[in-house]
Amino acid sequence: MALVLTGLWIGQNVELLPVAASLNAPIYDQLFKVLFSIGSILFIGIFGLLLFSLIRFRRRDGETGDGAAVEGNLQLEIFWTAIPAIVVLFVGIYSYDIYDRMGGMVPLSDPHSMHGAAMAPQASDGSAGAVIQASVLGTPPEPSKRIWGGIGSGQISAGPALPVEVTALQFAFLFHYPQGDITSGELHVQKGQPVELRMEARDVIHAFWVPEFRLKQDIIPGQPTLLTFTPIKAGSYPIICAELCGPYHGGMRSTVVVHEPDEFATWFEKNNTATVAIAPSTSSTG
Amino acid sequence: MTIAFPPQTSSSPPGLQPEGWLRYLSFSLDHKVIGLQYMVAGFFFYLVGGALAGMIRVELVSPISDFISRETYNEVLTLHGTVMIFLWIVPVVNGAFGNYLIPFYVGARDMAFPRLNAVAFWLIPPAGFLLIASYFIAGAAQSGWTAYPPLSLTTPAAGQVVWILSVLLLGGSSIFGGINFIATVLKMRRPGLKLMQLPMYCWAMLGTSILVVLSTPVLAGTLVLLSFDIIAHTGFFNPALGGNAVVYQHLFWFYSHPAVYIMVLPAFGLVSEILPVHARKPLFGYTTMVYSILGIVFLGLIVWAHHMFTSATPPWMRLFFTIATAFIAVPTGIKFFNWLATLWGGKIALNSAMLFSCAFIIHFVFGGITGVALAQVPFDIHVHDTYFVVGHFHYVVYGGTVFVIFGSIYHWFPKFTGRMLNEDLGRFHFLITFIGFNLCFAPQHWLGLNGMPRRVAEYDPQFTLMNQISSVGALLMAVSTLPFLINVFWSAFSGRVAGDNPWNALTPEWLTSSPPPVENWKGEAPLVQHPYGYGVTPGQIDLGAATGREIWSSGQ
Ligand code: HEM
Ligand SMILES: [Cu+2]
Ligand SMILES: [Cu+2]
Repeated sequence: MALVLTGLWIGQNVELLPVAASLNAPIYDQLFKVLFSIGSILFIGIFGLLLFSLIRFRRRDGETGDGAAVEGNLQLEIFWTAIPAIVVLFVGIYSYDIYDRMGGMVPLSDPHSMHGAAMAPQASDGSAGAVIQASVLGTPPEPSKRIWGGIGSGQISAGPALPVEVTALQFAFLFHYPQGDITSGELHVQKGQPVELRMEARDVIHAFWVPEFRLKQDIIPGQPTLLTFTPIKAGSYPIICAELCGPYHGGMRSTVVVHEPDEFATWFEKNNTATVAIAPSTSSTG
Repeated sequence: MTIAFPPQTSSSPPGLQPEGWLRYLSFSLDHKVIGLQYMVAGFFFYLVGGALAGMIRVELVSPISDFISRETYNEVLTLHGTVMIFLWIVPVVNGAFGNYLIPFYVGARDMAFPRLNAVAFWLIPPAGFLLIASYFIAGAAQSGWTAYPPLSLTTPAAGQVVWILSVLLLGGSSIFGGINFIATVLKMRRPGLKLMQLPMYCWAMLGTSILVVLSTPVLAGTLVLLSFDIIAHTGFFNPALGGNAVVYQHLFWFYSHPAVYIMVLPAFGLVSEILPVHARKPLFGYTTMVYSILGIVFLGLIVWAHHMFTSATPPWMRLFFTIATAFIAVPTGIKFFNWLATLWGGKIALNSAMLFSCAFIIHFVFGGITGVALAQVPFDIHVHDTYFVVGHFHYVVYGGTVFVIFGSIYHWFPKFTGRMLNEDLGRFHFLITFIGFNLCFAPQHWLGLNGMPRRVAEYDPQFTLMNQISSVGALLMAVSTLPFLINVFWSAFSGRVAGDNPWNALTPEWLTSSPPPVENWKGEAPLVQHPYGYGVTPGQIDLGAATGREIWSSGQ
């Protein structure tokens, strides 16, 4: 009992993660707490048992005899087959639920959801999965234009998404905002508004990682990839390339700035080079 | 099975095979010589790989890239991974202990195919030197031990091709070894010895060898295609030519996940031999141990894509591989609880072999827990390719397998040489290795969670302190090899004379002289049907000098 309580306490109270700055980060942190609690219970339990055995059953000076000739105990063995099985089953189901809430089970998008009308409903409500699936069934995606998806946050984002084109190349990320024809070395987004990254790699595999968003997605040459997320906390966070991509891999970093809404509008207007200005927060196109 | 005891070749013309220590530099067919050849060669490469690790940790003392050039850094990390996996761990837990012990365990005088065995060993030194030489001649490969294309297609070609060649040779050696182990365990058993009476290490090696034989050819084929892409500009894995880079990852991990079990299953087997002897108790739950090894082998073949959760894998695939991976924890858990039960109520000798084995249990449980967490897709997408993963696999590979290798050396050294290793030095070695290891790798979990990717020469200054702690741990680990080496050299010549069976063990390798004669046993091999027959049944009087139940009999 004390063991379980200790484990739970550790899992709940030891803070190991950076701030949670996207909509799926708090969900991630819930899973982390559960895994950390279970892990602590198991680890402390087994560690304690081992330490106890080593001390209690150590061979004392002058002892030369053997231990008891116990060769096994089927009931015990079944019991400890069951423990990990149950734990793993529970963890599996729970993490499936978490994954689903992060939008991970939304089927990969097809070209229509990328460019067409399916975009808006995707971001609008919890029925995103169904909508996209329908559009997939209606028009089979052309293989050449297949879009690969990371964790989609279709189900947990609200409002129309801000599209940003991301190009990853040795050794930088480039961000292009089609709505304002802005090109930037930093990613600027607005708190509370979903962002849809359309990512492509020029040369080798890179990965887009923002630790504070708990999100990572490989960007593989030849595979346009979609990643959606919703920032919920204003601030600047590092964007890190997480896949070995060459000598300067460690220097392939950028920053994502999450603005308050009015701040973002200012930034956007300042950099907007498109002839027709579209305020992204009220945008109805996608 | 009448061929089990060919008349010994000691009657073969003298002078063809060198005698004495020169045997160890020759094309010897004796499985014991080959085993020690693997061991010494492996340890040499361990020192090389360790020096490379030292360079990595020195570079990471400061957040900027200031110790070696960035290209060199990538060469170093590629060589470090490749050397440690293919030239240290795999050859030593499989080749060294497998060759030395398996013929004893099955009651044979040698492996099934002694010549193939010698060939398998002699592929290793040239492959190793080729790999290391590439660093000095053309520049070594820079794309990590995973060699993902397109990166491996765009980094300097010469180093990458040499890397492929070297890994192919090592893979070949591993396959030859695997075939030999399977044949030996299945076909060379002494008449009357049943599979379910074999020491657990035989089962571990059987399972491992099945994995080797099934998965290594896939790696070989993949690397051949990769070399075509590099040399002949074919486009198998090159997206620019219409190829698919993810296919490489699938094929690579189809080998390389089983490879982690190729590195750890034999260690499981070795621990199963060490614990009963030093706890004076039978191995708990023999049958479930056997089935869990088979379960691990089966599951190990169907979990590879957990290394690719961020590589645009479709949701169903992520789900399947999450579940399959997490379920490996079940057979693995059985083994750990069985070991704990083996210790429970024993008369445990807290010697170096036991301490290293127990540290293995702790580290592996820790690494297994982080492993199950990594298997959860939503968890993994944050920490994939970060120092968290580096922490995870060093806990299982170093904290697990390497600790077992050290424990095994303390356990079997008297058998190899006829002399004991010094226990005080041994415990000292254990202590600094244990502290150094945990200091080095525990902080890396935190680093990964908080945003430090792996394989970088420069990092965010906020991580400086943790990296320095980690480097101090690495320094301790480096220092810890000194007492070990001193101990080995000193004891080999002037250690306490061990006698034939210093541990009063019941497994067959101890039922002969130490070191054993060329033909393993003078006279017929003993039939050991209860390799773990230790222990007193309740009520039986403990006769001071008890050696356990001696249930082996020589001859039938
Ligand atoms: C309970 C058992 C285990 C589970 C569930 C497990 C799970 C995992 C997972 C999911 C990853 C992928 C992490 C990522 O790249 O994002 C991983 C990586 C790794 N694991 Fe394990 N693991 C287990 C045991 C082992 C063992 C026994 C070994 C070796 C002896 C091992 C060696 C490795 C290595 C080398 C990597 C990293 C490979 C690389 O990317 O370079 N693991 N493990
Ligand atoms: Cu990169
Ligand atoms: Cu794996």
